[in-house]
Amino acid sequence: MGAAIFRKQLGFNKALCSASTTAIRYALRVGYDTRMESQPGVQPMKDKSIDPAKDNHSRTDSRGRRRFLAATTAAMAATVAGGLTDLWGDEGREPGSPLRPYGERSPFEKVARRNSRSGQMSGTGSSLTPLESLYGIITPSALHYERHHSGVPIIDPEKHELLLHGLVEKPLVFKMEEIKRFPSVSHIYFLECSGSGAGEYQGEPAPTPQQTAGLFSCSEWTGVPLSALLREAGVKPSAKWVLAEGGDASRNARSIPLEKAMDDVIVAYGQNGEAVRPEQGYPIRLIVPGWEGNINTKWLQRLHVLDQPSMTRDEAADYDDLLANGKSYRFSFVMEAKSIVTRPAGGQHLAGPGVYEITGLAWSGRARVATVEVSTDGGKNWRKAELQQPVLKNAAVRFRMPWNWDGNEAVIGSRCTDESGYVQPTHEQLVAARGTHARFHYNGIKWWRLQKSGELTNA
Amino acid sequence: MPRKMFRKIFLVALCFVVCGALHAQTGSDKQAGLGRPASAEEVKQRDVTTLPNGAGLPDGKGTAAQGETVYRDKCAACHGPNGEGSPQGTQLVGGVGSLASDNPVRTVGSYWPYATSVWDYIHRAMPLNQPGSLSADDTYAVTAFLLNRNKIIEASEVMDKESLPKVRMPNRDGFIPDARPDVGKGSLSTGNGKNKKSQAR
Ligand code: HEC
Repeated sequence: MGAAIFRKQLGFNKALCSASTTAIRYALRVGYDTRMESQPGVQPMKDKSIDPAKDNHSRTDSRGRRRFLAATTAAMAATVAGGLTDLWGDEGREPGSPLRPYGERSPFEKVARRNSRSGQMSGTGSSLTPLESLYGIITPSALHYERHHSGVPIIDPEKHELLLHGLVEKPLVFKMEEIKRFPSVSHIYFLECSGSGAGEYQGEPAPTPQQTAGLFSCSEWTGVPLSALLREAGVKPSAKWVLAEGGDASRNARSIPLEKAMDDVIVAYGQNGEAVRPEQGYPIRLIVPGWEGNINTKWLQRLHVLDQPSMTRDEAADYDDLLANGKSYRFSFVMEAKSIVTRPAGGQHLAGPGVYEITGLAWSGRARVATVEVSTDGGKNWRKAELQQPVLKNAAVRFRMPWNWDGNEAVIGSRCTDESGYVQPTHEQLVAARGTHARFHYNGIKWWRLQKSGELTNA
Repeated sequence: MPRKMFRKIFLVALCFVVCGALHAQTGSDKQAGLGRPASAEEVKQRDVTTLPNGAGLPDGKGTAAQGETVYRDKCAACHGPNGEGSPQGTQLVGGVGSLASDNPVRTVGSYWPYATSVWDYIHRAMPLNQPGSLSADDTYAVTAFLLNRNKIIEASEVMDKESLPKVRMPNRDGFIPDARPDVGKGSLSTGNGKNKKSQAR
């Protein structure tokens, strides 16, 4: 049976089967290609020393498939050319996994979010992005940090509606399908919970990048500008704020100044090319570029145009930094410039002296990142790191610097400056300005101590 | 005469056509014609917004005495019998006057600037395991209970949409506008420790 189907699958036609070296090369190439795509197909025995029986993956395959492969391989060899037999060996290899409708990462990859601290009740906690394990600037949606106040609701997009009312000419209700008919935009923006790194104020430094700065992620968001929906309803002159309410059990709500709402806020339904994940607000959420995570309302179900802020708990009595004098900052929206070395960093281990890349992430919600400097001597000397291009406003910026470790103790950290001239402060500067009772908007420089042993810890 | 009249009619007609076209154009520029009108009825049904001046608060009322029962039945398991907090729920009572001390205790009583925010939050989010299950009366009552235990109102005071916004919370004036950038050298470019961009929002 196999040979004919098999030939078809691989795109073999009769012409190619006429024995020639081109055909052999073609066969090899097709074999490699299909293997890369995890399709069942011939896998030429390039290296005979690899024994499929010793390969964990092959073992999971059934004997039937193995026999099928042996048969087809033999058929192939016979059809194509005599010279192939020594390339293919007696048994050949087993085909890899079949096609699948939704991809998964390699079973060898174990990188995961972790809970910041066990929530008071399931659903009220947060989970942290493993920054040290990421490349580039995009956070895979499955690893995007989470912060929920009342769990993740399951919302049917067919039934979901967005109510827009208040100080507007005509209150409107949008269905998902209608929201998607508006001209859309896509932008790469970071999100950072203002509680990211909070423990650092109190002198409880977290031991790894994930634990100190993992309430930070960056995605490409697609949706409709909030301004388009507001124009559709016709904002009245007295309007100054927009209350955004989520469809989670706690109906989490935040007020946004109208100026920002009309500027760059997105009602997003897309995240990294697919639908926004449930944990991130499926089917729609607000993206408020550069502003603290909490105001980026998830599971958006209602927009209320107002002449004043509603003073929900989160804006009136929660996400406010309490200063040493007993006063608190109100409406600390912008996430200020911050950066963190993610490799080499706490929790990691260097094999020995030699060449390494120092890399990490930088961002600012106020202006584009201008420079990131790296120090390996605790801040005595700084060198400019290379920034991955393009550097986008309100997006994560990947920085890199090659480094030759001489084997001596080192203290590694980074410092971000944005185009407004703001320079990421030290821990000491932050504590001097805000005291140790603040719990939000921490953006101090983070140091990692590299011991001679290669061990990395908090500095 | 008829000629003049004809001209008049023509001009008026022209005006209509031009205006109509202009209107249509601006209309299509600004409006997509998407979304259906929301009826006053459904807005009322879904609108749970409250403001510090009391706007949005529904009818209903309650006292701390009535609230004690609600609290015991629906809140105490997580927040402790007297609002002292537990691993399952935030401390809700106490800490008044502690904010400038070395050990500030943030609670509804010591920290929250508006009584309406307490009502709003309980109405939206509590009890955590069953948000939306309290009646308006119960919500007023349990809010009154928390305010009373924080020594902000008397046990006999009736809380409703008129009285609740008038309650003066101890930390009403405890907030100042975000003064950031308060560190980070503010700005290398302007040199005055503040930069305009960040102030503008
Ligand atoms: C199952 C446990 C549980 C029950 C029952 C519960 N709560 Fe809560 N409550 C919590 C948790 C947990 C939080 C913190 C939630 C968060 O921050 O997202 C909280 C927060 C609050 C807050 C805000 C505190 C602050 O300072 O931020 C108030 C007020 C409150 N609850 C009132 C109530 C009232 C009133 C009831 C009863 C009607 C109630 N809770 C029932 C667990 C509970």
